[in-house]
Amino acid sequence: MAASSDRNPPPFPATEEPGAGPSDMADGDSDEGEDIFSNPVAVSRGVSQPDRVNEEPPDLFSEEEEASSTPAKSNGVHSDEDNDLFAEAHVELSTDKPGSSDRKELSSSSGLRPASSFTQSPAAMQPTSLEQLEEDEAKDSFDVDVAVTNPEKVGDGMNAYVAYKVSTRTSLPMFRSKAFTVRRRYSDFLGLYEKLSVKQSLLGCIIPPPPEKSVVGMTKVKVGMDDPSSVEFVERRRAALERYLQRVVSHPSLLQDPDVREFLEREELPRAVSTQALSGAGFLKMINKASDAVNKMTIKMNESDTWFEDKFQEVENEEQQLRKLHALVDSLVNHRKELCGNTAVFAKSMAMLGNSEDNTALSRALSQLAEVEDKMEQLHQEQAASDFFIFEELLADYIRLLGAMRGCFDQRMRAWQRWQEAQSTLQKKREAEAKLLWANKPDKLQQAKDEITEWEARVTQYERDFDRVGMTVRKEVLRFEKEKAKDFKSQIIKYLEAMLQSQQRLIKFWEAFLPEAKAIA
Amino acid sequence: MRSVSVDLNHDASLLIDIPDALCERDKVKFTVHTKTTLSSFQKPEFSVPRQHEDFIWLHDTLVETEDYAGLIIPPAPPKPDFESPREKMHKLGEGEATMTKDEYTKMKQELEAEYLAVFKKTVQVHEVFLQRLSSHPTLSKDRNFQIFLEYDQDLSVRRKNAKEMFGGFFKNMVKSADEVLISGIKEVDDFFEQEKTFLLDYYSKIKDSTAKAEKMTRAHKNIADDYIHVSATLNSLSADDSTANKNRYLSSSVSLQKVEGRVASDQELKLTELLRYYMRDIQAAKDLLYRRARALADYENSNKALDKARLKSKDIPQAEEHQQHCLQKFDKLSESGKKELTSFKGRRVVAFRKNLIEMAELEIKHAKVSSTLQPTCVRLFVYS
Repeated sequence: MAASSDRNPPPFPATEEPGAGPSDMADGDSDEGEDIFSNPVAVSRGVSQPDRVNEEPPDLFSEEEEASSTPAKSNGVHSDEDNDLFAEAHVELSTDKPGSSDRKELSSSSGLRPASSFTQSPAAMQPTSLEQLEEDEAKDSFDVDVAVTNPEKVGDGMNAYVAYKVSTRTSLPMFRSKAFTVRRRYSDFLGLYEKLSVKQSLLGCIIPPPPEKSVVGMTKVKVGMDDPSSVEFVERRRAALERYLQRVVSHPSLLQDPDVREFLEREELPRAVSTQALSGAGFLKMINKASDAVNKMTIKMNESDTWFEDKFQEVENEEQQLRKLHALVDSLVNHRKELCGNTAVFAKSMAMLGNSEDNTALSRALSQLAEVEDKMEQLHQEQAASDFFIFEELLADYIRLLGAMRGCFDQRMRAWQRWQEAQSTLQKKREAEAKLLWANKPDKLQQAKDEITEWEARVTQYERDFDRVGMTVRKEVLRFEKEKAKDFKSQIIKYLEAMLQSQQRLIKFWEAFLPEAKAIA
Repeated sequence: MRSVSVDLNHDASLLIDIPDALCERDKVKFTVHTKTTLSSFQKPEFSVPRQHEDFIWLHDTLVETEDYAGLIIPPAPPKPDFESPREKMHKLGEGEATMTKDEYTKMKQELEAEYLAVFKKTVQVHEVFLQRLSSHPTLSKDRNFQIFLEYDQDLSVRRKNAKEMFGGFFKNMVKSADEVLISGIKEVDDFFEQEKTFLLDYYSKIKDSTAKAEKMTRAHKNIADDYIHVSATLNSLSADDSTANKNRYLSSSVSLQKVEGRVASDQELKLTELLRYYMRDIQAAKDLLYRRARALADYENSNKALDKARLKSKDIPQAEEHQQHCLQKFDKLSESGKKELTSFKGRRVVAFRKNLIEMAELEIKHAKVSSTLQPTCVRLFVYS
């Protein structure tokens, strides 16, 4: 990936729409995506695998670059690459040119990774009016995009931590500027989540959960960041934090929240301290404790609307299935890693055999075979990364999100409970008033009347709260389902595409080998 | 042409094949079918049932025939090994309750395919053994070979009894002592010196490669199995999905597992089998070298004995005769050994060529198939 500051972008039939900002973001995002998923097309152009975290990915958001002040320029830079990318795809996958213009428009849609990865799919898709509609809708809703990049270890020893660069690009007036960057550490993300999850104003909303804590993972990083497992851990976390933020800003209510704005904008954040509870296990415990509380309710809810009950059941089932699938994909990843190792070892053995072989042509062919197997190993590595980062992490995200959704249902139940309790308290107060009337104690009577008024107000308030939460939950669920469908769809497409690229490179390798085999005499 | 060996079964005077085989529990019964124009046989065409143990008997008999000491005896076919698929089948049966019906069916199909592959492989390897014999100018005339092909009764009477078995075992033990002998011998002939160095080195390398190839193939099979489970779970997931993504998930996951499964078995067949076969063949060539080295040692010993006899002036004619006999044996071995090793080289190179080409072509074919399948899947997703 060429550094954008070095390139003089050719005149790009630029997107004039206000989404110029976001379109960068989307492209930028897909940049990140390419870094992580080792975009095979980039590789086939001879670019090395950018999977070392310390390597600076093309940072389109850094304010030092002149590109930031001229969004169109950086847009051009990236689109230039994208045009190349697409040209390659043209050759291999018989894309037709009209597709590329669609691609640009699509790139200006939602800042969510799914949308940007959607743009990568070559013209297997034909432009349809349906897709136009979707883009337009998306364009209107989301005018902010975030990226999490450049993990850097700060400090040494057990007090060390990893700081990430959080870059935002936006056209919304509520932010101080159009593009800005801050440094954040993991506990800051957790702190944000904690703040959001207790807000009354966000009751009923599905607050996206951040990635789990990992003592083991972090300790390894603290000790030294060099071995492949630490590198993978940091990359995994970075990607997860990015998705977390993207989900947060794509939620209309969360975007309005001042804490979110502060997180994105403020130079220095006060250190979040009470984040101990939010380890992976802790998060689950929190959710389950809430569920238990609901189950222990003495007043059983008379569900007038079966919608909630049915949905809750659906959510539980789906979560179970996803867990199962996650475990299977994990097994797949491990087996593929094993295959990598075995292939590498085999390649070496083949090379040795080739050396021993006394027939010259056969010896050469065997050495070639060893090289092909080496290349296969690399393909397998990439495939394993794809399996993991695209597929497995998607499942992990949604398992957490479904857990959060269950939490929303519980919030609604608790709201109902509060309302019921208020009603029973009101009833008791009324009975007390009646008794006082009977006993004829005028001074206490006034107090009782006051209390009744107070509790009547409360009952009304809590009923309103309950209805509001119910409506929010409904809306959230519908929105979630739509997002999930989109997300899964685009990720699976990405996954299949990666596989497709892999297959095509495989063909090339073996086609190169074939004449060598035929030359044996 | 499914064998790893080449140039077999072209001579119309003696054509052998194994058209079918029966699998009964542990035992495989091969039907050995012969078509011949040779008058040494009673009929021009006939079939007999044979078991694996019969093949081993034939092989061992040939090895122990002195006259063939200068020949590379084709390696004995390995025992049919259904252990892996049988164990998997057993595990599958135990785990049936935890799987969906669809998953279970798919796993069962995979296992049946694996079972079939093992079966095909063992038939092939037994067939090749016989074809190597029939295409060898000397070995094809062997009397025991003829009996093997023709005798329509059960061969078990002629098979090794316990005493003979011990004899064979003893011979193997002595042979490994010969390995030390071989490396110690002073070789006068350049050709054999080179061959010795080459074969010893090559053998260890090919043995290593075979083991690594097997590991690689196994890992591939694991991945194919994983994809079956993944696709099954994806299907049950989308069964609840009201937006009917079901077909899309289904088709894409099926294409994934098919590809992985096919690649695994093709790799196994072409590459791993090739390596395995030639590992055994090279062992057979090494055996030839050992026998020759033994003959050389015998000759040298007989020289020493002759010298001693001359010194003592006792039993000189016997010693001379013995020495002559040893010399003749050694020369005969060297002569035929040279021929055998040279043709072995050529055979090996041709076999490698054939199998490497076929493997590359198959890899390309499968990758092309999946790369046409996948855009279809992508298209299905896009139009949801």
